[in-house]
Amino acid sequence: MKYVNEKDINEEIKWAQINTDILQSLQNPRKAYWIAIAVCLAMLSCAVVAEVYQYQTGLGVADLNRPHMWGLYIATFIFWIGMSHSGTLLSAILHIIHADWRKPIYRFAEAMTTFSLMTAGFFPMLHLGRMWNLYWVIPYVSDRGIWPNFRSPLVWDAFAITTYLTSSALFLFIGMIPDLAICRDNVTGWRRKLYTVLSLGWQGTDRQWRHFRKTYMLMACFLIPLAVSVHSIVSSDFAMSIMPGWHVTSFPPYFVAGALYSGCAAIITLFILLRYFFRLEEYMTVALMEKTCKLTFAIAMVWTYLNLVEFGATWYGHDPVAKEVLISKFVGPFAPYFWAMMFFGSVLPFALAFEKLRRHMATMMVVSILLNVGMWLERWMIVGPTLSHAYAPEAWNFMWPSIVQWAIVFGSFGWFGLLFLIFVKVFPCVSMYEVKEMVFHRRREAHAEVAEKFHRRAADVQQATGRPSVEGA
Amino acid sequence: MSLDNILTNWSRYRKGAEEGGFHEYEHQWGMVVDLNKCIGCNACSVACYAENNLPVVGEKRCGKNQAMNWLRIERYWDEPDLEPYKATPTANVDAWIEGNPPAKKTELKPSMPSSYLPGLLELEGKSFTERVGFDGIKSEFQDFGASFLPMMCQQCHAATCEPVCPVAATYHTPDGLNAQVYNRCIGSRYCSNNCPYRLRYFNFWSYYEDAWPEPLHMQLNPDLSVRDKGVMEKCTFCIQRIRVAKDKAKMEDRKVIDGEFSTACVQTCPTGALVFGDMQDPDSHVSKLWSYHQVERGKTKQSKENKELRGYRILEGLNTDPSVLYLERVREV
Repeated sequence: MKYVNEKDINEEIKWAQINTDILQSLQNPRKAYWIAIAVCLAMLSCAVVAEVYQYQTGLGVADLNRPHMWGLYIATFIFWIGMSHSGTLLSAILHIIHADWRKPIYRFAEAMTTFSLMTAGFFPMLHLGRMWNLYWVIPYVSDRGIWPNFRSPLVWDAFAITTYLTSSALFLFIGMIPDLAICRDNVTGWRRKLYTVLSLGWQGTDRQWRHFRKTYMLMACFLIPLAVSVHSIVSSDFAMSIMPGWHVTSFPPYFVAGALYSGCAAIITLFILLRYFFRLEEYMTVALMEKTCKLTFAIAMVWTYLNLVEFGATWYGHDPVAKEVLISKFVGPFAPYFWAMMFFGSVLPFALAFEKLRRHMATMMVVSILLNVGMWLERWMIVGPTLSHAYAPEAWNFMWPSIVQWAIVFGSFGWFGLLFLIFVKVFPCVSMYEVKEMVFHRRREAHAEVAEKFHRRAADVQQATGRPSVEGA
Repeated sequence: MSLDNILTNWSRYRKGAEEGGFHEYEHQWGMVVDLNKCIGCNACSVACYAENNLPVVGEKRCGKNQAMNWLRIERYWDEPDLEPYKATPTANVDAWIEGNPPAKKTELKPSMPSSYLPGLLELEGKSFTERVGFDGIKSEFQDFGASFLPMMCQQCHAATCEPVCPVAATYHTPDGLNAQVYNRCIGSRYCSNNCPYRLRYFNFWSYYEDAWPEPLHMQLNPDLSVRDKGVMEKCTFCIQRIRVAKDKAKMEDRKVIDGEFSTACVQTCPTGALVFGDMQDPDSHVSKLWSYHQVERGKTKQSKENKELRGYRILEGLNTDPSVLYLERVREV
């Protein structure tokens, strides 16, 4: 309990210092950055090679077979969609409930949302037998009067994901506008041109701030139900089917909880990496780490609860086939992965309950990665066992994914990493203006008289110059 | 592409979705499989391969469960508590025949693919015979109590595969068939995942490239296409034959006569275990069998007056409403 009065952020920090600290993350990259880029490119090229081979030859190279029509592709698709949810949690949900500790860490989480959606989107495409006809899922006006089948959850998926991707990218961009203006004012060369265009003429006037706040709030309110519905719709790929182990009523909340869980774990991972590599210890403080860990722990418990609800409902339900699938998860060929998932997903998060462990960055790095391994296994345990052990006993079998599937899954992490690496060098990964707000509020809470002296509204006349202040623009 | 055209099509689409498919069927093709008569010879399956241009995929792909057998004969071993086999270890058959059933009971378990649950359901060896075939494949089988179940697409009237297809490549025809449009299929494979019978087969490879080396390609059936990789396919009840029969009847200005044509499997079955026909025609052989066995469409549970009647539909409790009636095998116990 000795950290109970620990500050989330040093409230004495100067605003110019904030700008300097964050902008240094945009400086020319060091060697480690290029190595990381090279590693990501190498991973990505594994996937590209595998995908080209699969495209040319057919899905047989993935060792998919009759009961196992979906393999790791769909499992990893759910994993990446899930990963995208915590960005929205941090940036939108915590925004409307005024949890201001989110401010230094939400930007990269929001970027993670967008990029993991961009990664997830590939999987349903490349798992198609005839990828070149993908556009038939879109309800375009055709001469022949043919429409997609609006009853199919896959079509809902297509709508939900494109909407979510567009909205979250827009939300990321809108929230970045004041920061892009700061960047514009502090750089030269091609970056200046880029930020000039992107900052949309931001001057930091009262009027602009008013519009900005309204838009941001509106987008946040729009995005929250969207995020919840997206993963519910992804869950209906399974819940709407007739298969034992998929046809589960609790799937939508279960998927959303799992999504927030894996997203929060990924936020911890990226938090530690950014804190270490960009020397952002002042902003991504241990206190914030603790708060994120507590949030993750709470969500982990929700997930565990929903998991047990599902098992309980199946166990005591009157569906022997579903029960058999459950038993095959416990003791069948998927058992090692199932129990690994249970351990990583439900037992390991208790590490987050201990203050000592929470405050130890290296431990948290390992734990957060393992939590996500668990969550990836969870998705595989949703897709795999049902396919291997459904109604028709003739088709009971176990499929071990081929190297092609593994390569594409592996490469997707490279693609995500590549996008994220480019993002952190081109855009500020910590929200400067919101950190200033946070510092401002904390300072006012701590020393009201000092705050009164140092902070004026933008339109207040400055005593020294007689002109309105432009500080904080 | 006039606006009018678009609006008409859209309203037709909407209307179709609200009313839920076709209401007035021209035909309702159905089948009856008498398991008493089935000897598990696989002739129907072979006929299906020949008729429907099904590729022979080879041992390796077949082992990976990537085969394309639209009509498969499923083989099941007897359950352990079926009487004569219960107390009959293979080694003591002679003793049993002589009237001295051994005291020790050996449990028989239903056979499963050996790739499944290798450690868990290890067959105890005693009751199963291990043999090595001419091609070097090791197989295990019981000496008694094999049952056969020919499984072809059940042409469900409430097909689970239909609503999940994102591009509506599978739909219900006015013939009461569950049709698959190869050209529309994008290969999302959701239909196969949602088929409780697992009767939908996917072209994982461009099978045609090596399935019919010259001159075998000359034997391909010109009445239907050869499918390329990436599309789903399944038993169509030989829709090409149905089309020909319907066209002929139309030209001669009459109705299709029962028994005028049949599917390849029905035509080939040496024991006459399979019967095919139009269930809308009350005088057809199929209709008579259905009504004799008191099995009705659109039910999840049949209420039979006579419990001895053998008719049942597979997994009808799932409300898929299949068009294939199975007649239970009766054995002396």
